[in-house]
Amino acid sequence: MTGQNTVDKLVSKPYKYGFVTDIETEKIDKGINEDVIKLISRKKDEPEFLLEFRLRAYKQWLKMKEPNWADLKYPKINYQDIIYYAAPKKSEKKASLDDVDPKLLETFDKLGIPLSEQKRLSNVAVDAVFDSVSIATTYKEKLAEHGVVFCSISEAVVDYPELIKRYLGSVVPISDNYFAALNSAVFSDGSFVYIPKGINCPMELSSYFRINSGDTGQFERTLIIAEERSSVSYLEGCTAPMFDTNTLHAAVVELIALDDASIKYSTVQNWYAGNEEGVGGIYNFVTKRGHCRGKRSKISWSQVETGSAITWKYPSCILQGEKSVGEFYSVALTNNLQKADTGTKMIHIGAQTRSTIVSKGISAGKSSNSYRGLVQIGPQATGARNYSQCDSMLIGDQASANTYPYIRSQQPQSNVEHEASTCRISEDQLFYLQSRGINFEEAISMMVSGFCQDVFNQLPMEFAAEADKLLALKLEGSVG
Amino acid sequence: MLKSETKLILEVCDLHANVEDQPILNGVNLQVYAGEIHAIMGRNGSGKSTLSKVIAGHPAYKITGGTIKFEDNNLLDLDPEERARLGVFLGFQYPIEIPGVSNLEFLRVSTNARREYEKKEELDTFEFEDFVQEKLKIVKMDPAFLNRSVNEGFSGGEKKRNEILQMALLEPKLAILDETDSGLDIDALRVVAAGVNKLATPNTATILITHYQRLLNEITPNYVHVMANGKILKTAGKELALQLEKSGYDWIEQISSNKEENQ
Ligand SMILES: Nc1ncnc2c1ncn2[C@@H]1O[C@H](COP(=O)(O)OP(=O)(O)O)[C@@H](O)[C@H]1O
Ligand SMILES: [Mg+2]
Repeated sequence: MTGQNTVDKLVSKPYKYGFVTDIETEKIDKGINEDVIKLISRKKDEPEFLLEFRLRAYKQWLKMKEPNWADLKYPKINYQDIIYYAAPKKSEKKASLDDVDPKLLETFDKLGIPLSEQKRLSNVAVDAVFDSVSIATTYKEKLAEHGVVFCSISEAVVDYPELIKRYLGSVVPISDNYFAALNSAVFSDGSFVYIPKGINCPMELSSYFRINSGDTGQFERTLIIAEERSSVSYLEGCTAPMFDTNTLHAAVVELIALDDASIKYSTVQNWYAGNEEGVGGIYNFVTKRGHCRGKRSKISWSQVETGSAITWKYPSCILQGEKSVGEFYSVALTNNLQKADTGTKMIHIGAQTRSTIVSKGISAGKSSNSYRGLVQIGPQATGARNYSQCDSMLIGDQASANTYPYIRSQQPQSNVEHEASTCRISEDQLFYLQSRGINFEEAISMMVSGFCQDVFNQLPMEFAAEADKLLALKLEGSVG
Repeated sequence: MLKSETKLILEVCDLHANVEDQPILNGVNLQVYAGEIHAIMGRNGSGKSTLSKVIAGHPAYKITGGTIKFEDNNLLDLDPEERARLGVFLGFQYPIEIPGVSNLEFLRVSTNARREYEKKEELDTFEFEDFVQEKLKIVKMDPAFLNRSVNEGFSGGEKKRNEILQMALLEPKLAILDETDSGLDIDALRVVAAGVNKLATPNTATILITHYQRLLNEITPNYVHVMANGKILKTAGKELALQLEKSGYDWIEQISSNKEENQ
């Protein structure tokens, strides 16, 4: 049918961030074993306790099996064919930005994340991670005035070993799942945030993850601790060059909110997705979990997932503190042959805990997009409430969408509401907009951003516009 | 009317179109000059909506022969949005709902797309609000409709008013109104008709697709065409509509099939 072809003309625009930085890199040999883990630990001058943590995780991992329950089919990953540590040379000590290789600064400029004093964003502090290491963190001093710690996790291990000992692995235990165990064994770098009691972090914090090497896995680790009555908003962005091989990314993010603390964690994930035939792209297997330990604490996840060949990701909240609140707002867009299996888990433990889930999946091309969510209400969670809304939008007739909402309640005095819908952008809707002078791409993007509005409203201001543009770009195609 | 002095706006020549290999239009010929109002009548399924959608560029129809000229442009070479910007407007028989897209924003983007082509300055959000208030009066529409999603949950009559509102905003050269009068009560019909009359100028042209004389009492056509089986069978003045109202379509189809047999 001729009409369908119009919709099929949607193809991804060339990926804007696909360039490779030509920089001398120090890499270790491929493969994983105890010696490799010891080597990584030594390179990072880590204290003994962390090496033990890694080795324990490695032993666990060896006993575990790669999960296969998600709606994801991909060729077997050869874990001995991956490099577990790569760092730009001469990055060992980074006393100040002046010591950072100009090529790296240039790379982040090109990515729209300028780091130098003159050009850096005025209201956002950035931790820039390149392959396995953090190369710079801006506004550290200004944040320190408020007692806020924002640095790479490698630095935190040395400077705040007590906090690391206490909290690392406390939300996502090393044996939690296959990819979390692997991450715990070989994690390289990532961000560490500590907000002291009673402090509202004075600026947005942000980490930007850049994969540069094609054969290197990225295993970042992020830990955010919000003490009583504190609050923070944290953004995460990520891109990678275009390689025709698949790169593994297995991150772990742990959030801890104590009494009356609130953490807002937003992600725009734009890893390379592979080409139209599905060659190349990032395998994105991520474990993100927040622990509302304190009373009336709040953890809010917002994510805009547009990249990666495969996404496996379920940012979750453990609602332990009485009256604590968990939120999950997600837009996941897949195109061409991308596959995404994403959602959340809301584990209600404490009394009168509340959670909200809003998920918007958009599938175009031949992609597949699944929402998988669990709402669990424990026996102590009297008066717990959940509201879930999962909407799918299909573009064209070759894409697929699935919804798997699991609800387990052991508490009769709780209230769980679930709504779901699926719609397809119809040719007649497109034609209606076009017949009023609106071009094809703009018509699609109007409908998509209308569909995602509930989620975009949750993103930090600068980010929302960015996300809108990103979606439009992802769907933009050559209309003949 | 002296045709040599007025401008030819639309010229459809021997137009054939298929949907899924099924012929729907079988050689339509139609000429519309500036300042004219044409009515197209005919049984359900005779191809009236198809003709209007083909002129507007709907992708479901495959053109298998013939041409459509709009002023100096070959319409068949253009995308639907380009046709719209040139000044072709189709008021849909069944306006579609677009959830999540704000009516106001939609109207503003489309108005500006057309204005850009006409080399008029772009209207920002505030200027547009003023502009749209003016036009709302023409269709006597409640401004509350601007804050809803495009056509979502609008009643049949509200959808039709929204179509005329769009026509008023876009100021087209050629407006094709496909059964805009169907399903309207008599008051709404008068409002729509008054809107159409108000927007008609000596430089623009209108094609009304309708089943009812009651619309043509309000808007006087220069020509009435009867369509059957994807063709225009007969063309005459406004009196043809009255005759159709009285005698139905049989006699025309009779005459025309006799004609074909004689050939
Ligand atoms: N998109 C389509 N798919 C299949 N058949 C169609 C389509 N559009 C029109 N038709 C068929 O073409 C014929 C003419 O339809 P239409 O142009 O809507 O007639 P009218 O507007 O005169 O009532 C009908 O038989 C109708 O079923
Ligand atoms: Mg019709």
